[in-house]
Amino acid sequence: MLEHLNTSLRGIGHRVIDRMWRLGVATRFFITALALSGESLRRFHLVIKEIYFTGVLSLIIILVSALFVGMVLGLQGYNTLQKYGSAEAVGVLVALSLVRELGPVVTALLFAGRAGTAITAEIGLMKATEQLSAMEMMAVNPIARVVAPRFWAGVISMPLLAALFSMMGVFGGYLVAVPLIGIDDGAFWSQMQANVDFHEDIVNGVIKSCVFGVACTIIALFEGYDAPPTAEGVSRATTRTVVNSSLAVLGLDFVLTSFMISP
Amino acid sequence: MNRTTWDLWVGIFVAVGIAAMIGLAMKVGNLTSTHLGPTYRVYAYYNNIGGLKVRAPVKSSGVVVGRVADISFDNKKFEALVALDIDTRYQFPKDTIAAIFTSGLLGEQYVGLEAGGEEEMLKNGDKIEQTQGAVVLEKLISQFLYSKASESSTAPSAKSENKTVE
Repeated sequence: MLEHLNTSLRGIGHRVIDRMWRLGVATRFFITALALSGESLRRFHLVIKEIYFTGVLSLIIILVSALFVGMVLGLQGYNTLQKYGSAEAVGVLVALSLVRELGPVVTALLFAGRAGTAITAEIGLMKATEQLSAMEMMAVNPIARVVAPRFWAGVISMPLLAALFSMMGVFGGYLVAVPLIGIDDGAFWSQMQANVDFHEDIVNGVIKSCVFGVACTIIALFEGYDAPPTAEGVSRATTRTVVNSSLAVLGLDFVLTSFMISP
Repeated sequence: MNRTTWDLWVGIFVAVGIAAMIGLAMKVGNLTSTHLGPTYRVYAYYNNIGGLKVRAPVKSSGVVVGRVADISFDNKKFEALVALDIDTRYQFPKDTIAAIFTSGLLGEQYVGLEAGGEEEMLKNGDKIEQTQGAVVLEKLISQFLYSKASESSTAPSAKSENKTVE
């Protein structure tokens, strides 16, 4: 009995220490990537190539899901608001929920699924096929050459994708509210403009998406860089990327929102 | 520097992304409507500002002419001191009344300016003398209830007086 308890406690302790160890390594990895990003910013075509893979190729999934999210928000919002006789406020509801929350958060979740997994798998496979070791042999730092450009590409892409998501979502809400349901066009836009504040809503949304961009990209990069160089290791690392990114995004969202909402 | 097709796509992506941000600011947000020209500042004391907030609109005849710049508490007069930034295009006489109104039943609160008849205009740093604080709904309800209660308590006595007269 005591023996059993002893081993289970030891197992928990081992796991906690292991997590802390990984967190420390991840932090050092993040700092190193930041410190070595000077070269990738000087050779900016590396970053541009990665923006193409992480940002441009994510456009279709982002835009299509934004359109549907906006349309659903329009329908659901109208359904409740018309009970209180204020169906025109559906524009405010759609715009505020997209700009403040759904735009940054859903974009980050989709980004983790679409681009984060690709980054992890790519770097994990580079490691498994010893391409990273080969770079070190040629006196090229793999963090400066492989990791830093991908990091900056993710950080640049995320706010742009989130802004596109919000804009497309508002358009989806407009499509449902005005042509489909028949809410007055002018009331839809004027109520939205009267209640969405530039600094409190839009700038805060952009700040959120920048933070999510840093978190998602660095998690994806670290999981790939830290993956055991086997097929199984890479597949597990990819799974962990999605799980950890999603949790980090939702947790950070709460923290950032509580900072932003406090008067 | 040789160009690649990636550059083109990334360029389009960045341009569309920035356009979306500007579109959000202009079409969805109120960046355009909040823009005021050069402003002058006037002050007003209120016994109660209710739910008035900094950056709330200052309206005259329903048109936004300025914004609430600052709200503080004057510890000598024990009243709220509200600073109003008003667009220099709009000049108001010295005896303007600044009252706090609520838009709609549950809407946001704003400062309404009602121009007086004096010749001299308000200048930067002036104080508006005639103010009217926010209406507190609870006070109104309690006043209403008190008046109802006093009515109902006086009514029977009036009746009895009538009877004695008969």
